[in-house]
Amino acid sequence: MTHGPLADRPNNPKVGLPISHESAPGHVTGTALYTDDLVAHTKDLLHAWPLQAPHAHAKITKLDVTPAYAVPGVVRVLTAADVPGVNDAGIKHDEPLFGDEVRFYGHAVCYVLGETEDDARRGAEAIVVEYEPLPSLMTITEAIEAESFQGAARTVSRGDAEAGLADSTYRFTGEFEFGGQEHFYLETNAALARVDEAGQVFVQSSTQHPTETQEIVAHVLGVHSNEVTVQCLRLGGGFGGKEMQPHGFAAVAALGATITGRPVLLRLNRTQDMTMTGKRHPFHAAWEVGFDADHRIRALKATLTSDGGWSLDLSEPVLARALCHIDNCYWIPDIEVHGRIAKTNKTSQTAFRGFGGPQGMIVIEDILGRCAPLLGAQPEDLRRRNFYVPGQPTPYGQPVRHAERLEQIWATLETKADVVSRRLAIEEFNATSEHSKRALAMTPVKFGISFNLTAFNQAGALVHVYKDGSVLINHGGVEMGQGLHTKMIQVAATALGVPLSYVRLAPTRTDKVPNTSATAASSGADLNGGAIKDACEQIRRRLDVVAAGQLGIHPDDVRFVDGVVTGIGFHDKQIEWAKLCHDAYFQRVQLWAAGFYRTAGLHWDANRMQGEPFKYFAYGAACSEVEVDGFTGAYRVLRADIVHDVGDSLSPLIDVGQIEGGFVQGTGWLTLEELRWDTSDGPHRGRLNTQAASTYKIPSFSEMPEHFAVHLFEKATESGVVYGSKAVGEPPLMHAFSVREALRAAAAAFGPEGHSVDLRSPATPEAVFWAVEEARAAAENGSADAALANGSHNGHARTSGEPVRV
Amino acid sequence: MIQQVIAPHAQRAGGTSPAADEPSVVVNGRARPLGPVGGHTTLLEWLRGTGFTGCKEGCAEGECGACAVLVARPEGPDAVGGEDTTRWTAINACLVPAAGFDGQEVVTAEGLGDPRALHPVQQQMADRGGSQCGYCTPGFICSMASEYYRPDRTPTGTTERVAGADPSVADAAADGRPADDPAAPGHAVDHEHGPNGFDLHALSGNLCRCTGYRPIRDAAYALGEPAADDALAARRAEPAPAAPATVITEGGTEYRRPTDLAGALTLLADNPGARIVAGSTDWGVELNIRHSRADLTVAVDRIAELREFTIEPDALVIGAALTLSEVERAVAGRVPLLSELFPQFASRLIRNGATLGGNLGTGSPIGDSPPVLLALDCSLVLASTAGERTVPLSEYFTGYRKSVRRPDELIGAIRVPTPVAPVTGFHKIAKRRFDDISSVAVAFALVLEGQTIADIKIGLGGVAATPIRARDTEAALVGQPWTGATARAAAEILAAEGTPIDDHRASAAYRRAMLGTALRKFHAQNAAPRQNGSSS
Repeated sequence: MTHGPLADRPNNPKVGLPISHESAPGHVTGTALYTDDLVAHTKDLLHAWPLQAPHAHAKITKLDVTPAYAVPGVVRVLTAADVPGVNDAGIKHDEPLFGDEVRFYGHAVCYVLGETEDDARRGAEAIVVEYEPLPSLMTITEAIEAESFQGAARTVSRGDAEAGLADSTYRFTGEFEFGGQEHFYLETNAALARVDEAGQVFVQSSTQHPTETQEIVAHVLGVHSNEVTVQCLRLGGGFGGKEMQPHGFAAVAALGATITGRPVLLRLNRTQDMTMTGKRHPFHAAWEVGFDADHRIRALKATLTSDGGWSLDLSEPVLARALCHIDNCYWIPDIEVHGRIAKTNKTSQTAFRGFGGPQGMIVIEDILGRCAPLLGAQPEDLRRRNFYVPGQPTPYGQPVRHAERLEQIWATLETKADVVSRRLAIEEFNATSEHSKRALAMTPVKFGISFNLTAFNQAGALVHVYKDGSVLINHGGVEMGQGLHTKMIQVAATALGVPLSYVRLAPTRTDKVPNTSATAASSGADLNGGAIKDACEQIRRRLDVVAAGQLGIHPDDVRFVDGVVTGIGFHDKQIEWAKLCHDAYFQRVQLWAAGFYRTAGLHWDANRMQGEPFKYFAYGAACSEVEVDGFTGAYRVLRADIVHDVGDSLSPLIDVGQIEGGFVQGTGWLTLEELRWDTSDGPHRGRLNTQAASTYKIPSFSEMPEHFAVHLFEKATESGVVYGSKAVGEPPLMHAFSVREALRAAAAAFGPEGHSVDLRSPATPEAVFWAVEEARAAAENGSADAALANGSHNGHARTSGEPVRV
Repeated sequence: MIQQVIAPHAQRAGGTSPAADEPSVVVNGRARPLGPVGGHTTLLEWLRGTGFTGCKEGCAEGECGACAVLVARPEGPDAVGGEDTTRWTAINACLVPAAGFDGQEVVTAEGLGDPRALHPVQQQMADRGGSQCGYCTPGFICSMASEYYRPDRTPTGTTERVAGADPSVADAAADGRPADDPAAPGHAVDHEHGPNGFDLHALSGNLCRCTGYRPIRDAAYALGEPAADDALAARRAEPAPAAPATVITEGGTEYRRPTDLAGALTLLADNPGARIVAGSTDWGVELNIRHSRADLTVAVDRIAELREFTIEPDALVIGAALTLSEVERAVAGRVPLLSELFPQFASRLIRNGATLGGNLGTGSPIGDSPPVLLALDCSLVLASTAGERTVPLSEYFTGYRKSVRRPDELIGAIRVPTPVAPVTGFHKIAKRRFDDISSVAVAFALVLEGQTIADIKIGLGGVAATPIRARDTEAALVGQPWTGATARAAAEILAAEGTPIDDHRASAAYRRAMLGTALRKFHAQNAAPRQNGSSS
């Protein structure tokens, strides 16, 4: 048959079936293996343990490792002197693997290799280190004051923001600082390295970016990439936290293995993982916004400052994505947004699901949530009024294709969530409930899909068809729970026209598919699916010819469905798939293929911040209802409804899981999860005080909405993407804005009409309590903020800046 | 033999058969020698070292449940008919010394089923998208299996929808779920209990970072009853393995399990520095996170004298080594304040191991039970070779993690005087509703005569170096009318009790504010309460 556009589906496709995760039977029986599980299969293993410095910033004046060797079981201490290649764990050459300066509290000074983890730990405790403490910067404010920045500052702009603000009927200004987020993947970082039978370095790593892990290991060891293989079986969660952070740990394990000749495991325990690895960037935003008389956004001027921590890592692209998402779903005619990266003495902040997108979008959502009461508008009306319409481009110059979906999704959500009648019920409830209040809020999402950096938008695959008809696929993507491998099996089975059971997927490794991009930016299925489909279609075209010969028809007329090969329109002559493969072999037809995919039509000028960096946008909207206890600020999410656009879903069970999981994870970021650093001048300045599961709380069952419904937006084929699907990993996280905005509205319900609520982020029960107290105070003072009609001005003191009518 | 009735899978992990007298554990139906474990090797380390991958380390402090396994535990003192039976109990393997499992039966996720022959719990989880990255999944499976096999889990059979439930939720069929799915939330009695009697709190100690929990809940609520030939279900009818006297010495440290109280007290008298463990839910954290070590670890969790529950004319006497789950079942609602406490006390996984004796023995200022037990005016029975003494809990704590208990003394029992106050309330302030440590905990026990406050006791946690009674507030309230005005006035006194501090859980200002609002909330909840004379 002819192989049509990328988005077209054949008859009886395997994509679109709601199948469960390909590893589910292994997950539920505990037999699906992760890096640390390989220990039981590894003889003569050594364990590595980091010696972590107890200073935020200090010069190492003395490092005496000899006492460690007196500890039984200690085999080797690794220091800078052992590095044969480049002493750097990153790609920016600003992350020494073994530094002479401590740059954050918990920074590893050296690593001890021991027969057991306990031996290595006790060895590390014996080492003598002397430090000369240096001044440190712990907060964005401190960094701004000290003018401590790193990397390139960027600006996205269009039109004349100053003129637009001057032209606005209403102008507000404010500030907003919001916290980061620990990934808290259940599996901590782990790397197991050995020198294999052929003398090459083989590293099993919990990495989202095997190729880059391979490159860093190679440059630390001073060898070429072809001497290092990295394999990733699966991750116990990644969420961006294993995109860049695993490289140094893999390099330490590899260094230890090459020096000792024994396998080396470096597995961080939870506290090590939390104190040593980067997190979602916290941001500070200062903004000024103008609306016209009809409440349309006229102009926005803002400065975003991210807290990058001690080194650059991925801070620059994270900032770029924040700047490219501050518009979220809203048309902002005149805009000027500056971005910069603070350098502080914290862990080096990194990728986290959304990759700056959430940090950009929360700024505009916070602005709208705070300004709506001041305008006398319903927040939902204000949001809807400002949606993009077809034909309008983003501030960076990309047309917002399918912008009409925003309105369609919003209307669908209103119906599905029964918004009108529930609003009435909430009003009734609040009228009779003095001590607790309910509210619902709707927020939209538009998220650009593709890596901003165009070069990353490529992928490779290797597909083998064996003589017995069984299929083995390899691709460059990493399975971290997102269901990528499941989707890839579905893509291969669809493209080859065989049952799912014929296809097996092999672990991701760099000697099968080279030069891969990180499994990140939600792009795993788009890119690797494109590559697998390409490989499968090469094989299919060859098999078409073989089958056509046997069926006596033209190759274009051959059909492959469920492992049975027929001609178009007749079924009396059939060839079994396995038989055809067997025959093809004897005709010396190549039964395997390497596939490749590059996303077409992208261009991006990173300096000017202009271009079309995204293949398309993913859309969605969420409606959440909360109930807040006025005595404590404690709250519950009573109900959440989401309508989300995944194109034509490759795998609905997987996609619904991604949407639900993203929503709850985003809700964690915005409500529960609080990273508290010691910012005092005490002896533990710089220490992360929330460095364990007991002090850093991620959502549990109690945070799951009591009623939780996800609806996939229908008839949503995305042309130009594998089988018409859309990426799903990151966009749903931002649906959690609806919870934050509902909390804001519920707090406001304790106060007078028109009171603008300033809500800290994360909106912990404590933060909500203070918001409720402010609302109550406003009621007692009888001063609503939004007394625009009579021109009065509000005068409450606020903790983090407030929208003030200028 | 037990070895034959338990799931026949999972012979895959390594290890050899133990010699007759060698300490050993039956894992997934096969006895395995404990080998060289001292007091410091956790069950999780031992299982993984033996080759089992169906339990994972996620946090090593009993918060995430990735390490959960099933253990065969005696069905407890309230077992009907006096026959000793077995309850498959899920616990955190990361907290407990492996040595404590000498002679015990443990089942891990790989022992429940095989990828080609899944257990019903595994089947539901797999089919419904209950696993994404899969790392937390084996732990969820064990917690869920424990609830699946809970002897008193009773299907409600109801198909009535919860008031306010949304019919469209059930047809969220994007994932292919049928509209008449038994797991649909509309079929539940309430959103924390399934129509099959499944209590969602059974999973409160398991964290998942991927799914958002909905599919896991649906899997739990879709479970049926164990099949007639289910070996683990049948195993419940037999007695749980006894806890043998264990002595294991390794690397200069010793683990001992005395079999009776006299033996334990003698050990303590001879070794005042010994580390006493019951559920080991606190000591396990010390071991893993702070790398604490003890020369001698003494296990008291299976000593019969410490595991009695007695109803006396003027008191309920709760054995200090009963787990919180066992206490919950034994008390059976007789003390409403305890009923309010238990679901908020850590997680089911922790409550399955932790004991009241342990919670009071560690003396943490933020333990959840002390405020409640203070409000209930409890006393502690302290035992030593010299005999017993009874100490009011209000005189027990002497400083941060310090108490009047001597090193040679064990907490034997907790006496809850009866009748208990008829109007009670427990307010736990925490970030997360399930399984969090409180920043402030306030417990109230109020006795009214008419509309006048005859007696009130208020226990506070998290606002001082020890749990305390709010004496000033109590004094101000007694004799006053139970009105909103009284509550508001006394709230200001309550807000000034203790010395709250700023930390990563909450600010001092918030803690103070929570003390202030607690009494007003308690009044709002009990503005027209029952009069004196409780059912107990």
